[in-house]
Amino acid sequence: MQITSPTFKANAHEALHDAQLQRALGNVRSGFIHKRAKAVGALPEFEELRDNAKAIKDHVLEHLDIYLETYEKKVEDAGGKVHWAETAAEARGIILDICRMNNARTVTKGKSMLTEEIELNDFLEASGIQPVETDLGEYIIQLRGEHPSHIIAPAVHLNKDQVEQDFRRVHTEFAQDRDLTEPEQLLSEARQVLRQKYFDADVGITGANFLVAETGTSIIVTNEGNGDLTQTLPRVHIVVASIEKVVPTLDDAAQILRVLARSATGQEASVYTTLSTGPRRDNDPDGPEEYHVILLDNGRSAMLGTEFQDALRCIRCGACINHCPVYHAVGGHAYGWVYPGPIGAVVTPSLVGVDKAGHLPNASTFCGRCESVCPMRIPLPKMMRHWREKEFERGLNPAVARYGLKFWLWFAKRPRLYRLATYLAMPVMGLFGGHKRRFRFLPFAGGWVRYRDLPAPEGRTFMQQWRDRQTINQDARG
Amino acid sequence: MSGRDAIMNRIRNVLNATDAEDDPRRVAASARIDFPPRGVIPARGQLGLDGRIKLFKKMAETAAATVEKVSGPGEVPKRLAAYLRKHNLGAKLRMGSDKRLRSMPWAEERALQVAIGPSDGSDEVTVSHALAGIAETGTLALASGRDNPTTLNLLPEHHIVVVNAKDITGDMETMLDMLRERFGKGVMPRTLNVITGPSRSADIEQTLLLGAHGPRALHIVIVGGK
Ligand code: SF4
Repeated sequence: MQITSPTFKANAHEALHDAQLQRALGNVRSGFIHKRAKAVGALPEFEELRDNAKAIKDHVLEHLDIYLETYEKKVEDAGGKVHWAETAAEARGIILDICRMNNARTVTKGKSMLTEEIELNDFLEASGIQPVETDLGEYIIQLRGEHPSHIIAPAVHLNKDQVEQDFRRVHTEFAQDRDLTEPEQLLSEARQVLRQKYFDADVGITGANFLVAETGTSIIVTNEGNGDLTQTLPRVHIVVASIEKVVPTLDDAAQILRVLARSATGQEASVYTTLSTGPRRDNDPDGPEEYHVILLDNGRSAMLGTEFQDALRCIRCGACINHCPVYHAVGGHAYGWVYPGPIGAVVTPSLVGVDKAGHLPNASTFCGRCESVCPMRIPLPKMMRHWREKEFERGLNPAVARYGLKFWLWFAKRPRLYRLATYLAMPVMGLFGGHKRRFRFLPFAGGWVRYRDLPAPEGRTFMQQWRDRQTINQDARG
Repeated sequence: MSGRDAIMNRIRNVLNATDAEDDPRRVAASARIDFPPRGVIPARGQLGLDGRIKLFKKMAETAAATVEKVSGPGEVPKRLAAYLRKHNLGAKLRMGSDKRLRSMPWAEERALQVAIGPSDGSDEVTVSHALAGIAETGTLALASGRDNPTTLNLLPEHHIVVVNAKDITGDMETMLDMLRERFGKGVMPRTLNVITGPSRSADIEQTLLLGAHGPRALHIVIVGGK
C-alpha cells in the first residue's frame, strides 16, 4: 500500500471534515472504552496480570534467539515446516512458492495485520492467486479496495448503509430487491458467501497471536470463527508471524490471553482461541495436510536493544487506539500506513522510516491514556518523544520549529534574561491584545489561532506571583 | 547467508549470546519450558467442584451459551432430542467416534438419526465431547482427532458440547496440565479449540451479532456433579 503518512496533516484535515467518518468514529468513543473498563473492573488480578504479561515478554526478548530455536525444532517435530524471512519481499516469495507448489487458485485468509504489513493481497492477486479475506470487517474493506482503519475493527470507519451498497454491488447472485437494512441480514449474507470460499480454497493463511516454544504451537484468537475455519478446511495452512510473537510456554500464553481479550474488546475471553500444532495426524479425519510457519523479521530485530525495544511487547490489542483522542478525531486511515493510533505512531517510524512517518509521533496530545491502558505497559508517550528527538537531530522538522526551539532553548538556559524579557513583554502583549484581551493572529502560530484565540497575558508573570506566594507562606509559617 | 542466519545473528549480537551449554540464558530458558511457572491465577475460579460447576454455567451463559445439567450420560440422548424439538431442528445429529458419546443410549430415541465422522458443512447440529471446561470464563477445550473432529466444532448451526462435571477446572492453566497429562509434555493434538460461547461479530457499526462464521448457538450439557 502506498504510505501516506507524510501527508498526515492533510489526511487529518480531510478526516475531520468527513461527516460520515465522524459518525462512525462515535462508535469507537462510546463502545470500546466502556467495555474494557467493565471487564477490567470485574477481574481484581488484572493489574497483576499486566505486570506478569510485561515480565513474560521482557523475558522473551532477552532470550529471543533461544526460544525461536526451540520453537522451530518443536514445529518440525510435529511435522510442520518453518521458513525464515528477513523482509516483506522474502515472506511474499515463500508464500507464493508454497501456493504454486500446491497449484493454489484461491487462498482464504484469517485476519492478520502482518499480511497487511507485507501487502500480501496485492501481491497474490498480481501473481494470479485470489486472496479472500474472511473476517467480516476485512471482507468488507477488501470489497471496497480499502485498508483496515483499526487493528481489531478494520471496518470501524464504515456505516451499515455503505456495507449494504457494497454487498449489492458485489453479490449479484442474490435478488436485487432483497432486504439488507439490518446488520443481521448483512452478516448472514456474508456468512453464506464466505462459507463456500472456505471449502473452495486450496490454502488458508492466518497470522498468530502467539507461537509457543514449549510445543511448537501457533495460537490465533477470533470471535467469528473465521480464522479457525481458514486453518481447518484448506489442504495447506500457512501461518505468518513476526519473530517477537514467540512465548516460552502454554501457561505464558494463558497469562497474556487474559489481558488481551479484556483490553481489546472487553470480553472475559474471546470466543475462539485456536491452538494449531503441525499438520493433521495419521488418524485425523480433518485438518490441513501441510503446515508452514513463516517467521518474519521485517525490522523487528533492529529494534532489539534500542530505546524502541519495549514496543516489541505489543500484542496488537488496540486498547491504545481505542483510548486515543487523536484517533477518535481522525480515524485510522489518516495515519497513512498499517498501524494507526499510538502504537502506529511508535512502530511506523521504525518500520518505514522517520523521514516518512515523522508526523505521527507529533500527532499526540501526550495525555498518556494509551500508556495507562496498554496491557503490556509499553511507554508509548516516551517513545513518541524519542522519535521527536530523532527527528530534531536529523533536521527533519520544519525550519520555523527548529529555529523557534533553538531560540527558546537559548533563552531558557539564561533564567535571569528570560525573567527580564517576560517581565517586559507582559504589559506590551497585554496592550496589543486589545480590548477583548485576546489574540486572533500570531506570527508562526497560524494553525493554532485558526481555531481559537490566545488570551493576552494579564497582570504579572508566573515568577512574580510565585515569589509573592512564597512570601505569604513564609509569613504564615513564621 | 540464509535469512535465518541473518536474523539470528542480529539477535544474538544484541543479546551477547554464546554457544556455551551453561550460558545462563540457555539454562533459564530451558528451565522455564521444563517447569512452566504458574503465573497469576485469578481467585475467581479457585473453588470446590460445586462452585466450579456453578461458575462455569454462569460464565458460559454470560457468553451467550445455553447450559443444562444431567445426572448421568444415559440421559443425554433424551435431552438432546428435546433440544432439537424445542428449536425446531431436524432429528439429526453428527458426532465423532468418542466412546463416551457413542456408548450413550441413542437407540432409545427412535426418531433420531446419528451420523458419525467429520462434517462437510451440511450438518445443522453436531455433538462433541470436551476435554475440559474452564470455570473462570465458561470456556470449553476440545481436542481434534477422530473422537471429536474439529469440523464439528466450527461448521454447524448448533454445536452441542458434552462435558463431564469433574473435568471442569478452575482456570486455563489446570486445563493445560490435563492436556500435558493426556498427550505428553510438549505434545499437542493437531488442533485444540478453546471456545467461549457461540460465534459472533461486531464488525458492522460495532453491533454485536451472533453466528458469524461459526455456530449460531452453543449448547453445553454438563454430565454428573450436583
Ligand atoms: S501498544 Fe499496548 S495497547 Fe497498543 S496495541 Fe500494543 S499492546 Fe495494545
